[in-house]
Amino acid sequence: MNDMSVETKTQVWVEVCKLDDIPPQGSRVIRATLGCVALFRTTDDKVFALEDRCPHKGGPLSQGIVHENGVTCPLHNWVIDMESGRAKAPDEGRVRTFPVEVRDGKVLIDRALLA
Amino acid sequence: MTKKLVVIGNGMAPGRVLDHLFEKAPGEYEVTIFNAEPRVNYDRIMLSPVLSGEKAYEDIIIHDDAWYDEHGVTLLKGKKVVEIDRADRKVIAEDGTTAEYDKLLIATGSSPFVIPVPGNDLDGVVTYRDLDDVDAMLKTAQGGGHAVVIGGGLLGLEAAYGLKRQGMEVTVLHLMPTLMERQLDPSAGYLLEKALVERDIKIITRANTQEITGADGKVTGVTLEDGTELPADIVVMAVGIRPSAQLADDAGLEIGRGILVDDHMVTSDPDILAVGECVEHRGQCYGLVAPLYDMAKVIATNLAGDASAEYTGSVTATKLKVTGIDLYSAGDFAEADDREEIVLRDATGGIYKRLVLKDNKIIGAVLYGDTADGAWFFDLLKKETDISDMRETLIFGQAYAGGSPLDPTAAVAALPDDAEICGCNGVCKGTIVQAITEKGLTGVDDVRAHTKASSSCGTCTGLVEQLLAVTLGDAFQPDAVQPMCGCTDMGHDDVRRMIVAQELKSIPAVLQELNWKTSCGCAKCRPALNYYLLATWPGEYVDDKQSRFINERVHANIQKDGTYSVVPRMWGGITTPDELRAIADVADKFQIPTVKVTGGQRIDLLGVKKEDLPAVWADLNAAGMVSGHAYGKSLRTVKTCVGTDWCRFGTQDSTGLGIKLEKFMWGSWTPHKVKLGVSGCPRNCAEATCKDIGVVCVDSGYEIHFAGAAGMHVKGTEILCTVETEAEVLEYIGALTQLYREQGRYLERIYKWADRVGLKVAQEQVVENAERRKELNARFVYSQQFMQNDPWAERAQGKDAEEFTSFRLAQFGKVA
Ligand code: SRM
Ligand SMILES: Cc1cc2nc3c(=O)[nH]c(=O)nc-3n(C[C@H](O)[C@H](O)[C@H](O)COP(=O)(O)OP(=O)(O)OC[C@H]3O[C@@H](n4cnc5c(N)ncnc54)[C@H](O)[C@@H]3O)c2cc1C
Ligand code: SF4
Ligand code: FES
Repeated sequence: MNDMSVETKTQVWVEVCKLDDIPPQGSRVIRATLGCVALFRTTDDKVFALEDRCPHKGGPLSQGIVHENGVTCPLHNWVIDMESGRAKAPDEGRVRTFPVEVRDGKVLIDRALLA
Repeated sequence: MTKKLVVIGNGMAPGRVLDHLFEKAPGEYEVTIFNAEPRVNYDRIMLSPVLSGEKAYEDIIIHDDAWYDEHGVTLLKGKKVVEIDRADRKVIAEDGTTAEYDKLLIATGSSPFVIPVPGNDLDGVVTYRDLDDVDAMLKTAQGGGHAVVIGGGLLGLEAAYGLKRQGMEVTVLHLMPTLMERQLDPSAGYLLEKALVERDIKIITRANTQEITGADGKVTGVTLEDGTELPADIVVMAVGIRPSAQLADDAGLEIGRGILVDDHMVTSDPDILAVGECVEHRGQCYGLVAPLYDMAKVIATNLAGDASAEYTGSVTATKLKVTGIDLYSAGDFAEADDREEIVLRDATGGIYKRLVLKDNKIIGAVLYGDTADGAWFFDLLKKETDISDMRETLIFGQAYAGGSPLDPTAAVAALPDDAEICGCNGVCKGTIVQAITEKGLTGVDDVRAHTKASSSCGTCTGLVEQLLAVTLGDAFQPDAVQPMCGCTDMGHDDVRRMIVAQELKSIPAVLQELNWKTSCGCAKCRPALNYYLLATWPGEYVDDKQSRFINERVHANIQKDGTYSVVPRMWGGITTPDELRAIADVADKFQIPTVKVTGGQRIDLLGVKKEDLPAVWADLNAAGMVSGHAYGKSLRTVKTCVGTDWCRFGTQDSTGLGIKLEKFMWGSWTPHKVKLGVSGCPRNCAEATCKDIGVVCVDSGYEIHFAGAAGMHVKGTEILCTVETEAEVLEYIGALTQLYREQGRYLERIYKWADRVGLKVAQEQVVENAERRKELNARFVYSQQFMQNDPWAERAQGKDAEEFTSFRLAQFGKVA
């Protein structure tokens, strides 16, 4: 499978929110032109950004339960690894992931990817 | 002709004799047992988990009443034998009951020492030997307060741990400078002390008790020789035991420290045998079950007519049963010139291992922190294996001695056939493997039934499972206890018990204390834990919304397109023009595409956008409506029919009662959803007889039903009972619901729970036992005061606001 998280040459980081805007083990949604992006925060304050569409039947991953680096889809319980975007076996599929950074308590994401 | 066997004492040793005897010579003896304790035979070893709350008395019964019936045994409970009349071959109990014998078996066990200090007879000074002692400790512990345990050996430490778990302030007094000084050297004793102090147990070493003080005949404290005064609501003596041989002595049998027996376990009277802790054999008295079980086998063989069996003594090993502390000791540790020691110490890892060697053989082993190699060392010890060749690596255990580290199953596979797997019952690997193959055993319970392995203290259960895996390969399906999920090996019931016993009050605490394999749990265990904690600690536990499934987190049902549905309560299915108008207005205002009447007598607004939810709720609230919890593992609907209000057949006010029930029960969280129905007469228009709980009104009162379902399985209800008043209906249903809340496993509907525990449980606890019913209902009522806040109103007023808002790209500024 080829890597779907595209790296752009000129990254334009935009601040989408403060880290504290995302509850630990919770999520927030960014509505972008391209579709919705789910921002997740883990217990150890890692932040992941994924397209908010489950590879199974398009369930909103942002509404799932977050555990370690995984999120369980609210519709039929597929477990998606937030780092790679891949569904956990035996399920197969992958969701798009976006580069995201946390600096000084701010969550930054590459604007180009959202537009 | 059947012979008469009389047994004095009904402890673990004679219980085992009878097991073997009935197997070898069924029907040969007519057995009468006198037991000073007023109960059946139970696993005394497991009293510590009962004290700590990790097990219940029912879990540790070895032979229940049915067993005695089945084997035609007369068990005289609570009858203490005071005399053995050898001339007339009969025994006499305190109350005058007598029984004649052809063979007599004395199994009086041992009695705990009570140190001879003033005040040792005060009320509240107890020993630690039987269930009555445990009950006394539990009763005192209910009031909190202080406990002083005298004696820092295995028993004392287990008592201290149990009392601590029960919420007492506990101090252990130990005479010597460090704990378990015979087994552990001072620094290892210190490791143990530290582990106990971390559990908030106070340890005073070099503590010489001078006096137990009291007031009005009741203990109030302990004074030490150095003047220290400790407050105490209970004092537990755990300083040692002495064989109970008085009765035998009075009867003129030969005794030493215990009742003297030969290798056939026969006393100085050929018709009298003795077994268990009361005997002295070849100069040894034992205080652990393994030797007693060896003796039991010999006695049963002899009684069955085969005189060849001989008992030649045992080496013993034991484990400390304090959750989270691993301590194993086997053999002999006394210091002597001809002995050498190998010690491994890893202070940061909290590990200590000590082997005592004599003539290149292991004669004693102590493992602290990592006891995995216990069985292997014990095997080398018992076989007196010459260890010269592996001396260098011996202390690192079996994995090193074998060259490369082994996985646990491979390690078990590598053990020789005569390696002992179950120390308590002296069962070796070969016996278990043979039983598995010859008798086609498939699980741990089977192995327990056929070989006794793992049936006493249970610490070898893992080894038995590995043996099953080795022997059966893929055909082995690990045990009956389904783990909650991949994050733990523990089943739902064990986890719940530990939440109570260890007073775990948050999800991280559960994951930490119960050694979860993952750092944050998963989508299976977290919602279950959240429910268990909420149900166990009402008013204290703070709900963790991130551990709830989406519907419960946002108090609406997610739909396939990511929108939500909203179902307001319609109490008992009754609505008003105003409510209907408000619903219509909300549907218009928020352009809600579908308005549907549900199967639960209320209205569903489907296709609401998530960000509109708080505003939709605010409007519904304004018209007096609250959440219908159509999304929750909680009270859903109470369907009713029109009853006496309108119906020509109605016998009672079914609508009114349904509304009362819904107002009483709404908001409560339960293992799975709970649906009620109240019908006004047996025509049953509210379909009450396929609900979790149903009420069918009749002329004389109310029939309460439960355990019905009409989902994937259709199941008619069972009748719980009939009561006369509405107040009783509420009390019985409150109690029933609470019982289900306390026993039901997460995602187990009432009918499945009732199926698992038996309908009888509800009958006994809710109907027959009025006191228990009132307690259960009181707990339900108590918990409800924290639950009946409308979750919609809270959110309409701003709670969890971030949940219902998203970010839009246009609002972002560039930073780099
Ligand atoms: C809305 C409703 C259908 C309708 O349009 O009438 C409905 C809708 C759903 N039911 Fe139901 N059930 C509805 C009445 C019932 C009934 C009838 C009743 O309650 O009298 C039953 C059979 C009775 C019973 O529960 O025994 C019923 C048996 C189920 C089951 C099977 C439960 C079982 O143990 O077998 C499920 C699946 C589950 O809960 O795991 C289920 C699950 C669902 C879910 C929650 C499925 C889901 O996970 O999304 C549906 C949610 C739709 C939504 O967004 O509202 N629904 N469902 C009814 C809502 C009643 C209400 O007012 O709250
Ligand atoms: C809290 C606790 C924890 C333990 N933990 C372990 C452990 O981890 N591992 C281990 O191997 N061992 C352990 N033991 C020890 C083990 O329980 C005993 O070795 C075993 O129970 C002894 O069995 P027994 O049948 O000889 O005597 P008991 O089980 O003591 O039974 C004797 C019975 O005889 C009755 N009796 C006495 N006199 C009379 C009379 N005159 N008339 C009628 N009845 C009479 C008594 O009431 C008693 O019920 C523990 C013991 C306790 C108390
Ligand atoms: S029966 Fe219930 S769960 Fe099935 S489609 Fe209808 S509403 Fe959904
Ligand atoms: S849509 Fe995510 S699991 Fe089905």
